[in-house]
Amino acid sequence: MTAHPAIEVTDLAIGFGTVIVQRDISFTVAAGSIFAIMGGSGCGKSTLLKAMIGLLRPSAGSILVGTDDYWAASDERRAEIGRGFGVLFQSGALWSSMSVAENVALPMRMLTSLDAVSIAALVRVKLSLVGLGSIGDIMPAELSGGMRKRAGLARALALDPGILFFDEPSAGLDPITAKRLDDLIRELRDGFGTTVVLVSHELPSLFEICDDGIFLDSATKTAIAHGAPRTLRDDCDHPTVHAFMNRQRPPDDPGIPGDDHAR
Amino acid sequence: MTPPLEGRGWAADVRGSDAVIALSGDWIARICGVEADAAQRILASGARALSFNADKLGRWDSALVAFLSTLRDAAGNAGVSIDETGLPPPARQLLVLATGTAPTSAPFRETPFLERIGLWAFSVFDEGTEITTLIGETCLRSGAMLRGRAAMRGSDLLDCMRDAGAAAVPIVTIVNVLVGGILAFVGAVQLRRFGADIYVASMVGIAVVREMAALMTAIVMSGRTGGAYAANIATMQGNEEIDALRAIGIPVFDYLVLPRVLALTSMMPILYLYGCAVGIFGGFVVAVLTLNISPTAFIEEISRAVSGGQFGLGLAKSVTFGALIAIVGCRAGLRAGHSAADVGYAATSAVVAGIVGVIALDAAFAVCANALGL
Repeated sequence: MTAHPAIEVTDLAIGFGTVIVQRDISFTVAAGSIFAIMGGSGCGKSTLLKAMIGLLRPSAGSILVGTDDYWAASDERRAEIGRGFGVLFQSGALWSSMSVAENVALPMRMLTSLDAVSIAALVRVKLSLVGLGSIGDIMPAELSGGMRKRAGLARALALDPGILFFDEPSAGLDPITAKRLDDLIRELRDGFGTTVVLVSHELPSLFEICDDGIFLDSATKTAIAHGAPRTLRDDCDHPTVHAFMNRQRPPDDPGIPGDDHAR
Repeated sequence: MTPPLEGRGWAADVRGSDAVIALSGDWIARICGVEADAAQRILASGARALSFNADKLGRWDSALVAFLSTLRDAAGNAGVSIDETGLPPPARQLLVLATGTAPTSAPFRETPFLERIGLWAFSVFDEGTEITTLIGETCLRSGAMLRGRAAMRGSDLLDCMRDAGAAAVPIVTIVNVLVGGILAFVGAVQLRRFGADIYVASMVGIAVVREMAALMTAIVMSGRTGGAYAANIATMQGNEEIDALRAIGIPVFDYLVLPRVLALTSMMPILYLYGCAVGIFGGFVVAVLTLNISPTAFIEEISRAVSGGQFGLGLAKSVTFGALIAIVGCRAGLRAGHSAADVGYAATSAVVAGIVGVIALDAAFAVCANALGL
């Protein structure tokens, strides 16, 4: 563990135009930890992730990555900081015109001066780390959902990132595949010492692998709880958090499923 | 004395059949890369048992894992034992994950020339069959629609007609005016030498009405609308929207293909007539400005030269071109795969096949018209 936290978010407000999705968000992600961004559907989890990986400029507040203020930095500096990030998108987001191996090789080819032999060796080791050692020549369209996520993870690992971001890693996967992916995330963290930030509402994953987290609420539009998912489940008194963590309906439940966006 | 066995960040101390590999310094992949032949050189030393000393190892990432896993797999193949206890525990953990990193030589077989020709011929045949089926289906379903039995929404048809008709007017105008003007220019330069200036009018009229208006409009519409049909349907394919239609039981052909084919087929003759008008206007402007022809003389000459039969030929062409472009576009979209690359491929193949098909059909029309004396 280093003295600096990997990421320090202060008084962040995020939104689209004049619509604020979340405000007054502050948290720190310790280096080498697995940090969860939790909350119901439509509460702004993925939007917060977008602000952290440079896809959406926050309306207010700051994000410190190491000692750099990410959004105050110049575009070039921000791109440079971004090279220390690996992102696994929800459905893998593999480039469909290239084979899996070429997907993993592209960041190295474009952003490093490594020779072809080194890149080939690194692509092999990255694919084998995620258990896809033998399928490098396959096109993304031929992969199953779980394999696509693992291939996306291999690509996220391409530049040996210091921080890995996951958007809903276990969404759409069967329990066994999801468990394997959870184990893989933890093993990669233990092996490389990578910091992991993940957006999820899959309770089993959250309880199993996350060391710390933040709970975003769509009604109050801010964070209503901080802490490891396990701790929140056992000790948090806030009715929404308690209901979420224990898979119950909150006391003031309006009774229409999936209406979080409309509220 | 043999030279010391060492590489970037490692040095092997070989004593008899044992070798201790000392790792040192930083192993950062994006800075130092991966040594290609390290594993072969270590195994070539004849050592039968490898162990590691990582006391001086600095920061490391996948470069070290790549080195170690390649060495481990190569050693495994050569029957050399490896003792991993000297490695940092996280690296050992990653090594467990990284299995099967030995480069596999993929069995790549070049398809023989004759076989490729055969496969190509089969695919052309299949494509021809499917296009024919689609044409037949269009006729059948159009008949069903006339009897009010097709599951097509009128609003879709109107949308498609607006898109293939009114929305295309600006580009059809520009292209046809310019083509008419160019024809007049070319004719003017040649005909002036014989003092036959006035025949520029009949040349522009016949060329525009018989050939250019139908052909240029079809080429523009192939790029504009045929490509759009293909890209639109291919994207729906990628989003599983077509599967959803099929699963619900909405006939894909009636819902997606029929309105597009009918819209383009019905709009093309109108665009053709409009194209004739603006094409002749382009020729008129150029002829009057550059040649010694009065506007009245131009109009008289052109109305004498262009007959109704030539309009009939142009109209027949434009209807055929419209149907061809729409069918080819929808076909390219429906057969597309599910990825972003497939959308691009579908649009390309729709435009290319559309333009080539239009020009080939135009040639067939020319031959037929010649044989029939039209």
